[in-house]
Amino acid sequence: MAVKTTVTPGLIFRQAGFNLSPRVDQVGIEERAARFTKRSIKKETKVNGLMLALNMIDLTTLEGKDSEGKVKQMCYKAMHLLDTYPGLPTVAAVCVYPSMVKTAKKALEGSGVKVASVATGFPSGQEPHSVKISDTKFAVQNGADEIDMVISRGKFLEGEYNFVFDEIASIKEACGEARLKVILETGELVTYDKVRRASDIAMYAGADFIKTSTGKVTPAATMPVTLVMLGAIRDFYFSTGKKIGMKPAGGISKSKLALHYLVMLNEILGEDWMNNHLFRFGASSLANDLLMQLMKEKTGVYQGKDYFSID
Amino acid sequence: MNHKGINMSIPRNNTLKLKFDSARKYAPAPESRAAAKIDPRYDLFINGKFEKPLSKKYFDTINPANEEKLSEVAEANAADVDKAVSAARNAYNKYWKKMPPKERGKYIFRIARMVQERARELAVVETLDCGKPIRESRDFDIPVVGNHFFYYAGWADKLEYAFPNRNAQPLGVAGQIIPWNFPLLMAAWKIAPALATGNTVVLKPAETTPLSALKLAEIIQEADLPPGVVNIITGAGATGAAIVNHHDINKIAFTGSTEVGKIIQRVISGTNKKATLELGGKAANIIFDDAPIDQAVEGVINGIFFNQGHVCCAGSRLYVQESVFKEVVRKIKDRLETLIVGNPMDKNTDIGAINSKQQLDTIHKYLKIGQKEGAEMYQSSCDLPTKGFYCRPTIFTNVAQSNRIAQEEIFGPVLAIQSFRTDDEVIEKANNTPYGLSAGVWTDKGSKIFNMTTKLRAGVVWANTFNQFDPTSPFGGYKESGYGREGGLHGLLPYLTLQSIS
Repeated sequence: MAVKTTVTPGLIFRQAGFNLSPRVDQVGIEERAARFTKRSIKKETKVNGLMLALNMIDLTTLEGKDSEGKVKQMCYKAMHLLDTYPGLPTVAAVCVYPSMVKTAKKALEGSGVKVASVATGFPSGQEPHSVKISDTKFAVQNGADEIDMVISRGKFLEGEYNFVFDEIASIKEACGEARLKVILETGELVTYDKVRRASDIAMYAGADFIKTSTGKVTPAATMPVTLVMLGAIRDFYFSTGKKIGMKPAGGISKSKLALHYLVMLNEILGEDWMNNHLFRFGASSLANDLLMQLMKEKTGVYQGKDYFSID
Repeated sequence: MNHKGINMSIPRNNTLKLKFDSARKYAPAPESRAAAKIDPRYDLFINGKFEKPLSKKYFDTINPANEEKLSEVAEANAADVDKAVSAARNAYNKYWKKMPPKERGKYIFRIARMVQERARELAVVETLDCGKPIRESRDFDIPVVGNHFFYYAGWADKLEYAFPNRNAQPLGVAGQIIPWNFPLLMAAWKIAPALATGNTVVLKPAETTPLSALKLAEIIQEADLPPGVVNIITGAGATGAAIVNHHDINKIAFTGSTEVGKIIQRVISGTNKKATLELGGKAANIIFDDAPIDQAVEGVINGIFFNQGHVCCAGSRLYVQESVFKEVVRKIKDRLETLIVGNPMDKNTDIGAINSKQQLDTIHKYLKIGQKEGAEMYQSSCDLPTKGFYCRPTIFTNVAQSNRIAQEEIFGPVLAIQSFRTDDEVIEKANNTPYGLSAGVWTDKGSKIFNMTTKLRAGVVWANTFNQFDPTSPFGGYKESGYGREGGLHGLLPYLTLQSIS
């Protein structure tokens, strides 16, 4: 590779041994995150928030038992959340395994709903580099618009930050036009300091989105962890001018919690991030709770959950 | 080398900006006023009953958020004060001094429980009368009031363990004068330790915020405390002066301005009155370059904008290490944009109304002084309500240590920011003030925290946090911030005489 004449922010970061990440105070970040939950979201603000949250969902199925039939059904749901409620948006994307990308792409044709595929040996990421690259390329070739990769947490915890950085950069290259979401699996990194450092590594290595979790590890997304990552995105924006997206995933199944996340997003990164180009919820059961709340806002009464299709 | 990161040039302009207009525009979420029953008129609470003032005078108390009259309260003159002190003396001799400590404790526990039961009502009254956001009165003031009574109730029958080999004797009648920034909380800080140690009380709330103390009087009446143990009388400066001057009061507990504190000290010199004074402050919040910056910024925001900055221990001076100065100021400015200023009864309001027209004028005076001194003023771009007393959250940069805005207590949402280079320099600057109530240190380095806490001359030093209060922790000042401690075991001492047992 040719020697670059301009010094990139990524290189500066790398040369500093990835030690430029600021520290995070646990008590402080948890207090700040709790503060967002004190916002009282009512009336039109609530309806707008619920609609926006629907439009930010990556409707997800990531199971060993996933089949074409299951994926097709989910894709239909992604486009037709509740046909009896006019004016509803679609979800942002469906998120599937690489083997299901082709099926999903076909089912969603012309709808504007994106296809996201997990890759790089999801969820553990314990595969050889070549497998990760071919996994990514396979998904992209089958039509994936977005790739959700996992970082090598083992290497990260060993302190092999260069390895993690290079791996993300090479996956980014393999993605081509597809947008790259980098899953940090924060439940395995444990401390906020490590979450912050992993966020910085991912962004400087080329991530378009940073994402909390696979959904296979507990805890998955939490508000404080997401806040750490939003803070990293904000700092990255001011250092580079580039807007990186955020995707909390796993454990967000209720409307109220989704609204808390949107309040946090709105008050940390502001209006420019309040869209599905820069924010996603990785969730499978959130959509129906949002629909239930929207119907309640419209009709004044709660409807039974059987009025909302599960797929 | 195998660097594959994407190539991004760093924009070196200042056009990058986050947009927060929508972050301030939530649909209204008002707390219901109906939770609070406010009588059109309140009398003086003396000897367990509400009694008409001998002065025959009443004054209005208004809601600073919209300038509407809430109620009118009695104005106690010297004769009323005398009546209240006699009631307290009588109750001291007749009931309270003789009562087994365990029984005293039961009464205080009862007050604590009743405060909790009526928390919502008390929060609404406090917000209406005081202007502070309902979120704060609901989540901070009232819960801490309950905690304070619970904590001191527990001490009532354990004084011999608090002061081993000493016989802890009450002083007698305590005259207590409290400010308008945390009306009910300050009442609790004063009344709870006084009762636990066996003293009786004459308490005067501030003239702009008498209602929550009068609600507490209702609770005390309902709790069936022996008549006269707690007397709550309302009035302005003259009433306070009558309390301070009263010959039969054994102890003065005052929280308020340094100016009045000095007068009190002069008046009681040569008498046998004991005193605790909790006065002004100009706390330094110090951010080092190794601090968790985002949390430090949030701590600075809470440190100065909590309760509209009407906090004696507010972090009104900020010292930022030069290497992170620009970043910190940028982040503070962004955070200012997301603070919601307005109707204190709205659950989303972060900064409510300034307590009075007079205080608003004082704040405006200092904003003018700051600009005149050459400091750079920056205010949030939020809209303010047209009625009521409001002030935009304000920061000053380009501030010098010799500026008045960096030396004098403003008691409003105004932060003066200065830079520093070394640890020694900031210690010197932080201590270079007549006050010494509190300070904050923000660094990830533990050894630095210990170094700072031993050298900062302030009654409380918070590390990586600010404005944390707990009944178990003593609070009080150095220098012109006053003397004596409230809270914790230390808070018992000012209400006791310790006899040696031999």
